[in-house]
Order: sequence, then structure tokens, then C-alpha cells
Amino acid sequence: MDKPKAAFYWCASCGGCEESLVDLNEAVIKVLTAVDMVLMPVAMDFKYEDVRKLADKEITVSFINGAIRTSEQEELVKLLRKKSIYVIAYGACSHLGGVPGLANFYKKESILDRAYIESESTVNPEKKLPKMKTTVEGKELELPEFYDRVYALNQVIDVDYYIPGCPPVPDVVKNAIVALLKGALPPKGSILTPNKSLCKDCPRQESKPDKLSIKEFKRPYEIMDNGDCFLQQGVICLGISTRTGCESSCINANMPCRGCFGPTDNVMESGSKASSAISSIIDTNDEQEIDAIMDTIVDPAGLFYRYSLPASILGKNIKIKK
Amino acid sequence: MDFKPKIVIFVCNWCSYAAADGAGMKRAKYPAGIKLIRVMCSGRVDPQFILQAFHQGADGVMIMGCHPGDCHYKEGNYKALRRAKLLQKILDQLGVEGDRFKLEWVSASEADRFIKVVNEMYENVQKLGPLDYKADTLFSSEVAETVEQGSETTPESVTETLDNNETEEIEQIL
Ligand code: SF4
Ligand code: SF4
Ligand code: FES
Repeated sequence: MDKPKAAFYWCASCGGCEESLVDLNEAVIKVLTAVDMVLMPVAMDFKYEDVRKLADKEITVSFINGAIRTSEQEELVKLLRKKSIYVIAYGACSHLGGVPGLANFYKKESILDRAYIESESTVNPEKKLPKMKTTVEGKELELPEFYDRVYALNQVIDVDYYIPGCPPVPDVVKNAIVALLKGALPPKGSILTPNKSLCKDCPRQESKPDKLSIKEFKRPYEIMDNGDCFLQQGVICLGISTRTGCESSCINANMPCRGCFGPTDNVMESGSKASSAISSIIDTNDEQEIDAIMDTIVDPAGLFYRYSLPASILGKNIKIKK
Repeated sequence: MDFKPKIVIFVCNWCSYAAADGAGMKRAKYPAGIKLIRVMCSGRVDPQFILQAFHQGADGVMIMGCHPGDCHYKEGNYKALRRAKLLQKILDQLGVEGDRFKLEWVSASEADRFIKVVNEMYENVQKLGPLDYKADTLFSSEVAETVEQGSETTPESVTETLDNNETEEIEQIL
């Protein structure tokens, strides 16, 4: 019998999601031999043309990581959608926009200027910018279009399931693959991690008081970490508004959570929810004092939306002047 | 000016709503584009509501509550104040101008102040022009259709193609 076909495609991503497959250790070999990979740019040399030749729905599952920013990425994910029974958004960037999504704070033009003209290591006196079409020695060369903004995967195609995380952790990936093999998948649209907050699973949970009250926010390097709940120590930790499933990766490395697993099911978006929770624990009612404490939060939008700007309520069409 | 802004105001039940009521009783006027949403307390207003209001077409959003110390639930308005301060900073980074979001204290007896505050808000937003928020996606309906059918395919199609031993073996290793 034919093996099921699978694809593992990357868009605007760092390669960490591919790396996370390797974290499955020897199981990855089993998985990769049990399926027939039809596209996996990081490891295998298939051409887009090979995918185009497949019948619709011939691929059982496509794992897509990375956010969408170029016409090439859009074309490929739409193609994979057509050829696949299931599309799984793999990792924070494809789930919510991720770190590449922070580019939505800037206009396309200023990003290109910075990268190709202004950056300290660039010598480009003619101020050349990438063009979609260039003629070299009589031949026309093409580059994909660089869109005005970054999109999460479900803003481009319909997505069946989400595996969150930057990057996803082995257990979440394993459970997803087992569920897929067994045909025991939850309802369409589910995020394949438990629907509760990280605090519930956090090893520092015991030291988190029932009522937190904070007079000053500190950045992680400004405290002598005593092993207590980060919020209790005045360091903003987004575990309160972030979905669990990561095995408290950052906390175990003595860093506060930055929210890469995204929100729980009953939250529209994690950014404003987190800001709401953090404001509530500020321990003063005096307006000036509140202002002073708020000033200790550096770059609030970048903090609360670190992994989710493109998918956030207003980030979908953010109005940026820069 | 032609532009007629839409402004959503969350009013607390115990003070500001009563003030609005008072303004109505006096037959005082305010623009029709101002829509009131009654909540039990200004502390009930989740920042998500405010973003959602902008997202759904509001050009300005306001929270109105009891004066400090007068909240029916003691601390609700202080909570609203702290949230508003942080949200204001975030909105600014998201490109939503400061005048589009305001927090004001209006007590039950301040019908005149209610009118003054909402009219001021209206004028300020009018000066800014429309927020013109449109969710931008690359989603095409054509793709959505093909997808609808695809996802109805039962998960069995995966297991069918693998024999049982294989599935078990992978499961064990995983
Ligand atoms: S706030 Fe952070 S450190 Fe504290 S219990 Fe939650 S996840 Fe753990
Ligand atoms: S602790 Fe937070 S930021 Fe770190 S891996 Fe877990 S969800 Fe992501
Ligand atoms: S009841 Fe009016 S602000 Fe709380």
C-alpha cells in the first residue's frame, strides 16, 4: 500500500521549527520513513513542480511553519492547501505571526532601506533595492514580491490544526503525530496543546501569591533570581496569559515567559489580556505613581505582542507611520 | 465637517449611565454617532473590548466611570485607570492616536459634564478623521471553498495507508 504523503514547508521562519523535528530523536527517522515526503526544502531536493503535479488532496498532511510575507510563500501555501487533506500550522510564526510579525511595526519601505541602504555593514552607494524583475545579460530574472506586511497562516489559507511554540516542543509534536496516525484528531481548528495557562504547570507556581502587588517592574537582568515566581519578583512574566504545553521551557532556564504558545481558547488575543492582567497587579491608585510604574515597562506592545502581532485584533492592519 | 465619527462609550451603571440618563431628561443634545454600552463598572471593561470596538469600526472609544473613591465596587475604577494607562501606550505603538481613546470620570449628578465630555471627544475624533480599520488578509474565497471539502475527509485516510504494525511501532518510539 502507498505510504501517506506529507510535506514540511517553511515560510518566513528561522529554521528552528525544522530543528524541532530533530528533537524527536530517533523517532524522526521512523516517522520520515513511514511517510512519503513530497516537499521539505530544509532536507530534501523536491521542486515546486513536483507538488504541482500531485492530484488535489493527495498529500495527507502539510506542516507549514513560518509567517507569510512574500508572493512565493503565499503561492506555495495555497498550493499545499489545495493538495492536502490537512494543513497544520506549525510553530508560533505560522500560528500567530511570530517574531517575524514584529516587522509589522515598520513600513515595508523603511525595512528595505534599513536592510539594503542604511545598515552599518552595507555598502550600496547607488541605493539599489531588490526589484521583482531584473534583466541581466538579456535574461529576465524574477524575485518574489515582498508584501506590505506579515500574515499568520490562517490569514492566508484555511488551517486545520495548530501546533504552537517557538519552537514547538517534542511532546506536543509527538502527540500531534500520534493523533494523526490514529485518526484521533480533535475538532477542526483546535490548538494541539492543553487549554489552560502556563502558570498552572509552572514549577514556580507555589511561590506565586494569591494577590500580587507590584511597585516597580524590573527586567530579568536587574534581579538576583531567588527562584520565586517571576511576577512576585517584579519581572513581567506572561505565563498568566499564555497557553501551557511548553514544559515551562523558559522558566526552567530561569527566564520569564514571553508568550510564544499564544492564548488559551477563551481569550481573543493574548497581548491586551496580558496587559490587562499586568496593570491589575500594580499596587497603587495614585495616577502619577501609576504613570511612573508604567514607564518601567519598556516597549509594551513589543513585549505583549512579541509572538502574536499579525494575529492580534488591531495588528491585522496596524497603522504605522515609521 | 462632513465626517461623522462613530464613538463607542462604555458607561458604568452606577454613575456615568445615570449622568447620561440625566442628560436625556434635560433634553440635552449629543451627536447620534455616539453609542453607549452600559456595563456594571468601568473595571469590567476588558482591553479586548476596546480593541474589538476599534476593529469593528469605531473611530473613538471611551470608558466612563465613577470618580475615584466613588466606585460602587470600591476599586473597579482604579483598575480601569491602570489598564487605560497601559493600553494607551500600546495603542500609540499600534498607530491609534491618543485622542481616540479616553477615560473620564462622570458622576450621576454630572449630566452637564457628560454632555461636555462626549462632545469634546466627538470633536477631537472628528479632527483626526476616520480610523479606517480594515482587516487585511490574503485569503481568497476560492481557496476557502476547496478547503471546506477537504477537511471533511475522515482521518481514517491516514491510517488506511499505514499498516497497523507500522503505526504501533511509531507510536512506541514516540
Ligand atoms: S507568572 Fe510566570 S513564574 Fe509566575 S507562576 Fe506564572 S509562569 Fe510561573
Ligand atoms: S515559557 Fe512562554 S515563551 Fe517560553 S517556551 Fe513556554 S510559552 Fe514560550
Ligand atoms: S461602579 Fe462606576 S466605576 Fe465602578
